[in-house]
Amino acid sequence: MSAQKDRWVSSLVFLLFCASSIPKCGSASLQQEPNPQHYFSGLEAGKTSLAFFTPSVSPGAQPFWEQIESSAEALQDYGVSVVKVNCPKEDVSRYCGKENALRKAFLFRGNRLIREFLTDALFDVNSIVANVLFALLFNEVKYVETLADLENIENLLKGKSNMVFAYVPATGTAEHRAVMEAAFVYGTIHQFVLTTEAALLKTTSHDDPDVSSAWLSFCHCQWATEPAQPCRRTALAQPLTLLNIHRHLKLMGAPLVTEVAEDPEKISTVHLQLGLPLVFILSQKETYEADRRTAEFVAWQLLGKAGVALLSRDLVELNVLHRSNVALKTPDEGMPIQYLVLEDTDEVITLVEDKNKVKQIQEDEQEEEEEDEDEKENNNQDIQDDQVVEAVSRDKKRELPLEQILVLTEENFHSSLSEAAQTVVLFYASWEAVSLAVLRSYSEVAAHLKGAPGVLLSRVNCWDWPGLCSQENVTQFPTIRIYKEGQQSVTYGGMWETEELSSFILLSQVSCPLKLATMDEAEGYLRGEFPSELSSHHHTSLLGVFSSATSEAREAFEEAGNILSGHVRMGMYFEDDALALSRKYSVSPPALLLARSGGRSMEGIALSKQSVQDMVQTIRHELLDIFPEITVPNLPQYLQRGKPFLILFSAGDISQVESREMLKLAKGRPQQAFVACWLNLEKTPVGYGILRTYFSTTPPLPVLLWVNFHAGGQVFKFPSEQSITEMNILSWLERLQAGLEIPSTTTPCL
Amino acid sequence: MAPAVCGTLLGLALYASSLCAVSGAAFLYHDYCVIGAGPAGLQAAYFLQQAGRDYLVFERSHAPGSFFALYPRHRKLISINKQYTGKSNSEFNLRHDWNSLLSHDRRLLFRRYSRDFFPNADTMVRYLEDFASLLKLRVQYNTAIIHVTLEKNEQAWNGHFFLLTDQDRKNYKCSSLLVAAGMWVPNVVNFPGAEYVEGYETVSINPEDFAGQTVLILGRGNSAFETAENILGVTNFIHMVSRSRVRLSWATHYVGDLRAINNGLLDTYQLKSLDGLLEGDLEDLAIIKDKKGKLHITLQFYLENRNISMGVDSITLPQDELDNFATRAPYDRVIRCLGWKFDFSIYNRSLRMMPGKGNIKKYPQIKPSYESRGTRGLFVLGTASHSVDFRKSAGGFIHGFRYTTRAVHRLLENRHHGVPWPSTVYPITQLTNSIIKRVNEASGLYQMFSVLADIILLRENATAFEYLEEYPIGVLAELEMQTGRKARNGLFVIIMEYGRNFSGADKDVFYYNRAVGEAQHAWQSNFLHPVIYYYKHLPTEREMRVRPPDWPLPRPNAIHHIVEDFLTDWTAPNAHILPLRRFLENCLSTDLRNFFAESCFLFAFTHQKLPPSCQQGYVRMQGLVGSQELRHHAVQAGLLQDYTHTDFSGDRPPDSHDGSQEQLMRDHGIPVRPLQHLVNAKDEL
Repeated sequence: MSAQKDRWVSSLVFLLFCASSIPKCGSASLQQEPNPQHYFSGLEAGKTSLAFFTPSVSPGAQPFWEQIESSAEALQDYGVSVVKVNCPKEDVSRYCGKENALRKAFLFRGNRLIREFLTDALFDVNSIVANVLFALLFNEVKYVETLADLENIENLLKGKSNMVFAYVPATGTAEHRAVMEAAFVYGTIHQFVLTTEAALLKTTSHDDPDVSSAWLSFCHCQWATEPAQPCRRTALAQPLTLLNIHRHLKLMGAPLVTEVAEDPEKISTVHLQLGLPLVFILSQKETYEADRRTAEFVAWQLLGKAGVALLSRDLVELNVLHRSNVALKTPDEGMPIQYLVLEDTDEVITLVEDKNKVKQIQEDEQEEEEEDEDEKENNNQDIQDDQVVEAVSRDKKRELPLEQILVLTEENFHSSLSEAAQTVVLFYASWEAVSLAVLRSYSEVAAHLKGAPGVLLSRVNCWDWPGLCSQENVTQFPTIRIYKEGQQSVTYGGMWETEELSSFILLSQVSCPLKLATMDEAEGYLRGEFPSELSSHHHTSLLGVFSSATSEAREAFEEAGNILSGHVRMGMYFEDDALALSRKYSVSPPALLLARSGGRSMEGIALSKQSVQDMVQTIRHELLDIFPEITVPNLPQYLQRGKPFLILFSAGDISQVESREMLKLAKGRPQQAFVACWLNLEKTPVGYGILRTYFSTTPPLPVLLWVNFHAGGQVFKFPSEQSITEMNILSWLERLQAGLEIPSTTTPCL
Repeated sequence: MAPAVCGTLLGLALYASSLCAVSGAAFLYHDYCVIGAGPAGLQAAYFLQQAGRDYLVFERSHAPGSFFALYPRHRKLISINKQYTGKSNSEFNLRHDWNSLLSHDRRLLFRRYSRDFFPNADTMVRYLEDFASLLKLRVQYNTAIIHVTLEKNEQAWNGHFFLLTDQDRKNYKCSSLLVAAGMWVPNVVNFPGAEYVEGYETVSINPEDFAGQTVLILGRGNSAFETAENILGVTNFIHMVSRSRVRLSWATHYVGDLRAINNGLLDTYQLKSLDGLLEGDLEDLAIIKDKKGKLHITLQFYLENRNISMGVDSITLPQDELDNFATRAPYDRVIRCLGWKFDFSIYNRSLRMMPGKGNIKKYPQIKPSYESRGTRGLFVLGTASHSVDFRKSAGGFIHGFRYTTRAVHRLLENRHHGVPWPSTVYPITQLTNSIIKRVNEASGLYQMFSVLADIILLRENATAFEYLEEYPIGVLAELEMQTGRKARNGLFVIIMEYGRNFSGADKDVFYYNRAVGEAQHAWQSNFLHPVIYYYKHLPTEREMRVRPPDWPLPRPNAIHHIVEDFLTDWTAPNAHILPLRRFLENCLSTDLRNFFAESCFLFAFTHQKLPPSCQQGYVRMQGLVGSQELRHHAVQAGLLQDYTHTDFSGDRPPDSHDGSQEQLMRDHGIPVRPLQHLVNAKDEL
């Protein structure tokens, strides 16, 4: 009687409440109660509700209430109402007590408390729905922790019903919610088992599972009768969403093999409706039993991927080859049924799996395609940004003056080599930009050397004659070689530049080192007058002087000459009167004599180290200037010393004072820790680019900089208010070394 | 008894085969035995000879190329022999020379033997004779190997020796066996009345013999059509029957399918000039000869129910029930042109030489390395090795297997002689160039598309790479073991491909917009074009196995198609080279552009790390200074800064020039205007 009265009251109150609250909060599903008494008096038996008790003055946790509101909407579908109960200030009862308010939520069935939740666990819609359903479906969803628990459940179910076993990495996740929602629908048909134990997942699956993602499998326990044998399982291959689980359970619920006796075109099963193919095993009366077994076997293999039907040919008039034994119907509209002759069941399975795979690939490709489309919008990928390629292609219409250069082919290559004392060959590829750029310089060289006796300039296009190029061991384009009758060819290793290449060709005319026979020749050589072929060549001459006793050093020198051939003008003198020559220049053999600028300055160097490599090193080093002007072609030689640069940038020639001071500085220390040099911005205008990068504007000139290429890329600027003298620079360098100066800039580490 | 003694002797003194020779029933020993002195056998012999190996070729006939002495019956080869290509590049020209074998001797180019585009088969025989004699290949003629068996031996290269027996019971022993025996056993079908069928091998080739006759030809290959072509003008009509539909090589892009030179009958069929094509299963056929000697086609089905005693007239013919049955007219002759199969009969069971499955059952089972599936050390070369790329590439034809034979030789050199696969090491700056060079001239990549690939093995930090040519991609996973080269830092695989859905017997290969012209559509290219696969790690055996169906290689980390080209000339700076370079740069995270020395100079002062072309060129004193004109062009293109006209009055703040070299280091430049309307000329007719 009293209960009935309660109900009456509550529904009346409920109606009143609704009428008053709807306009107020605007939410259809979240109910509000003015106070706990009111709420409890309104609870109906059998009705479930989730209640949040909150102080009437809400602390304004707005996002939290939004989540609760949307979960109320979701839970409505499962007959659970969500109620917000206002706690009057003075109320300190069990639910409204200070420590409970808003820290816990309570789930009631009727007025019986089923579960209390910490609101920490109810962080969003998924977690609220998942946890509430988990509490309600206590019997339908068994939670297990150990393998033993799982096996117990499995054994109980064998022969009776099927089991759905799900693993979720944590409760309260979207996957957990999906499993719970599925259990709400299927819980009475299948036994659901849930675990969050990664270890359990590992022991129950064959290959190494990814424990960070949820996993669900359907266990066919109804058909399992052997107590010792575990139930067969079919895992869900797609991500755990309610839709996918539903689809999976639907497929598992369908009969393993459907027997059909009508035109396959007309047949539609749950598989086709769900977008999966259907495989027909064509059967005959005589072989029915065997076909049935085959169909079942195939069906197990394809479970969840395709449906299997057994089609009796005796009952259906089929207009297909008698030998066909399998048919495949795809869900795609308008696709005809394929009839096939397959040898064994594996072929059937691969047929279906390949179909799915192809579909997957096509889908992937489509995705990629779309990405491509997106990218196209801001695409400047097709703009040429290679300066050499672009320059060459802009120059391609200009006809090059190549008349001086002989075209060599496979046929005339060897015969041409014997025609001139010295043949220069450019190996190139006519499609390659650097080759074509070099070909332009080469044509300038040809003009330069026009009329030089005994030199033949020629070229081989390796795109036309690949056999010849590989026979000559040319693997890179471009390559320039000098062939001399009866000698090994020499490969050019310098800058691709007219001047250096011309000089190389000229120097290669005479042997390196050149053996000088008389004192007169030696003197003439040092003056730059002998041999006459090189009289136009104004570079430092280098003479090795050896006594007859120093054959070891002489051989090393000759070897070094081979290496430096074409780059250095080298002579050697080892006649009996070598001592006289060495005495004249006050050196003792073995020694090197360096004649700079046509013999006006002479320098003698004793050769102490006698290995070939050391000698090459020494010669290279000695040929470098003490206070050089840095240019584009010569920078690498100085870079190779691996030292910082003290470099003076000057617009035009540097003044004599600065030159004198810098030279003093450079000469002062024989084993310099830096390269003192200068740069003429008029001759090397790219220097402006350097200065702009360092200072963003061009500083007042001249400007002296310390550039540390190799360690950290720091650049220091000599104070412009100080004058450039040896003393000032030295003291600046000291401060610099002591870390007292601040770098002007640091080059980026690109 | 004697052989057994000999065997033990050999066991004791492994290489002292001469000892055995003394003892009478001897085994003549060679490291390599080659069966067959056809094109593949001679090609293998050439490489073995060049490498200085101990080998011997066995040939049943008195001269090389005995198959060609008989076939094709009508003597016209359908492999092209192009005299002129407009190019002198000998490697490139091999793309259009389908008859020459590979050798260093330029006399041995087929175009020196015949001026015909489709040469006569006698010329091939003469060519092969010259190839064997000019190169002094070691061939033992008049020796038919009738039995091959194995002898277990721990010390042998492959754990066993191959024992060969010839028709005179002479025995030979080899460490490695190269089977280049070809395919010469004619395919036959057995059905009632098969005795009335003439074989392609023996049928008359004189058209006069067919005058006024009605002919049925079984088969639908080139031999069938060649036979039909020969008699087309004099017969009443010709019908052709086979199980599958006709496959035209210009639709399938497979040279083994019906070639246009033989397809005159298709014309007369489609224009209803009496000749015709039919599809049907030959196994179901039966032929009955009537009293006048005419041949009637019926189905075995009808024969099963006949009353034998009643004689020929009692047999039901299909037209008795179906009065418009297609082959109801009687025939004067039935000719079988069904191709050939491999001779499995001479191999002992222990060699497990098994026929392939499905449509490759005429071939022996081999791995993608051309080694037999059943026996280690036994390699199948030449046309019998076509199961690897049947109906795909050219491995069953001279212009294909001359390359696969070389590949097998290289595998053997590495396996038995410690000679690693030939390779060249280049600095990374040559990466784009080396690929462009190969895709433009390489003939092996071109002929054996999707089967042989060039491999680029990257060195540490991608500063250099190693280039391997024409490796069989089917064994890509075993690359390190098979080549003796290391692939630790990633690799590029360069192959040629047709578009995925372009080729097929039922495909329209002349549809509009079949060709694409723009680099961004390169992946849709239909005609043969280069494709570059990038792998950070060598694909594993498993990845090779589970690769998507019809993919030559597993999914790479990145892939690049070079857009198809009407002239098959992939040297266009913007359409071909630039996209390739960008792809390579993206894979390696490096800058592969070329720079003039001046730019490198600037970078040297302003950057701590230089792009590879500066690092490996300029800094090593091999910078590209470039001529005045070129630098001027680069300035005009906005890719190089010109500082000469800079006003150095001092502190004027730089305006647009600010950070110009930063700009240079990044992907910038002025828009290039390609001739859009020309580029879009897609219809290559």
